[in-house]
Amino acid sequence: MIEINTIEKSFEEKKVLKGISTTFKTGETNLIIGESGSGKTVLMQCIVGLLTPEKGEVKYDHRDLLKMGKLETQKLRREMGMLFQSAALFDSMTVLENVMFPLNMFSDKTLREQTRRALTCLDRVNLKGADTKFPGEISGGMQKRVAIARAIALNPHYLFCDEPNSGLDPKTSLVIDALIHEITKEYGMTTIINTHDMNSVMSIGENILFINKGKNEWEGSKENILSSNNKKLNSFIFASDLFKKVKEIEVNQVKE
Amino acid sequence: MIAEGLETTGKYILLMKRVFSRPERIRVYLKQYVKEIEQLGINSIGIVLLISLFIGAVITIQIKLNIESPWMPRWTVGYITREIMLLEFSSSIMCLILAGKVGSNISSEIGSMRVTQQIDALEIMGVNSASFLILPKILALVTIIPLLVTFSICAGIIGAYCTCWFGGILNASDLSYGLQYNFVEWYAWSSFIKSLFFAFIIASVSSFYGYSVKGGSIEVGKASTDSVVSCSVLILFSDLILTNLLKL
Ligand SMILES: Nc1ncnc2c1ncn2[C@@H]1O[C@H](COP(=O)(O)OP(=O)(O)OP(=O)(O)O)[C@@H](O)[C@H]1O
Ligand SMILES: [Mg+2]
Repeated sequence: MIEINTIEKSFEEKKVLKGISTTFKTGETNLIIGESGSGKTVLMQCIVGLLTPEKGEVKYDHRDLLKMGKLETQKLRREMGMLFQSAALFDSMTVLENVMFPLNMFSDKTLREQTRRALTCLDRVNLKGADTKFPGEISGGMQKRVAIARAIALNPHYLFCDEPNSGLDPKTSLVIDALIHEITKEYGMTTIINTHDMNSVMSIGENILFINKGKNEWEGSKENILSSNNKKLNSFIFASDLFKKVKEIEVNQVKE
Repeated sequence: MIAEGLETTGKYILLMKRVFSRPERIRVYLKQYVKEIEQLGINSIGIVLLISLFIGAVITIQIKLNIESPWMPRWTVGYITREIMLLEFSSSIMCLILAGKVGSNISSEIGSMRVTQQIDALEIMGVNSASFLILPKILALVTIIPLLVTFSICAGIIGAYCTCWFGGILNASDLSYGLQYNFVEWYAWSSFIKSLFFAFIIASVSSFYGYSVKGGSIEVGKASTDSVVSCSVLILFSDLILTNLLKL
């Protein structure tokens, strides 16, 4: 469980986050949605500690990140896995070495066990034969999947995904969403996902936070997101014709 | 301007403090160290040999043509060539050239890791990214630089001999006599000592510029230029100070 409390963050004059509070639940996929530029990436970076908010609290199972020393933070981070908006693979290493890197750095396993674990993770993301390739030689979707494999190599308790399916085709997006959802259930992780893709929201949105202009505007789940009356949320969701039609059909069904 | 300089220096010192903290996994660092020796050191041997060979030859020819006269002893040319190579060229000028090659390599590598969030990825894993990326580079360059200086001196001398063998500019035995005349061993040592400092400057300053990149590829290019300029200025400055401190 990760709790955040009245997080505020500004860049020079510009206030990006204006006091956001919520709780992200363990064993569920927690989504942060919002328009482009609404501050999703900034919020996530505040949660993981890449940015320091001016105000607020970030608690990982009651451990306050912002009050920790450098070494404690480093220790806590070994329980985290993160998937960046650009996959951020180490491009001097092969796919297999990328996935093995955290194991190499922090586990006491022998080299053979590390390799086996890394191959298992790669297998988990359906990337069997790609282990000797370099990041530059594989497609964007494959890079994202390698990044997921790297993020889960050490069995993290907390998984962060910044736009896991931006720039991917709908089918690959679904595969990646499903993958993240399965892994979350399998290992009982606290997973936080930034997205503006309504398909993801409808397929894996167990716990959704909608932020608008740096504030939490709405919280709920995929079951009640379509029937919500929040104007800003509606204008965000029903920007696409498809969802407008879905809504109309639902409303009609209710009338009948 | 001065405030900016002080701020940059402060940031540099803070970064170095993070760089020289205890490594998490010696084994991984060692692997990285070996890789950097190859990338920064071994891959520079070619250019060092080439440039030194030519400079050695050119200095010999220049001196022969310009200062030789009947009342100068015949060993003068060899003597001066040796002193120039040993005292200044093989340490200071060589390091200036390496600041261009190795320095820009380091800062653009680390800079592009910064803008593609690879450094953030390291941090999120709980790795001390400053130490992991920079420490092996500094250690690698500092250990390999005496070797490069040695190679440079040897290549310079071979270059000088080439002018005798192939150019017939002067007599090889005169050159040998001049090269050995009144040899002070300490000069070679002071050359090595200076180069150690320069190596540290090149590796740490260019890493600093790369590590503090913000933005995109334009900033990476700028960081790489800035690092070469700063390294060169710092090398020249410390050359002045070190030469003064190390003189007999
Ligand atoms: N380092 C920074 N310096 C200054 N302003 C920044 C910085 N990072 C983000 N911002 C500003 O914060 C705002 C929110 O940016 P953020 O990247 O969080 O958006 P986002 O919701 O992730 O958008 P997208 O969906 O396009 O990724 C933007 O208006 C941006 O200009
Ligand atoms: Mg974003």
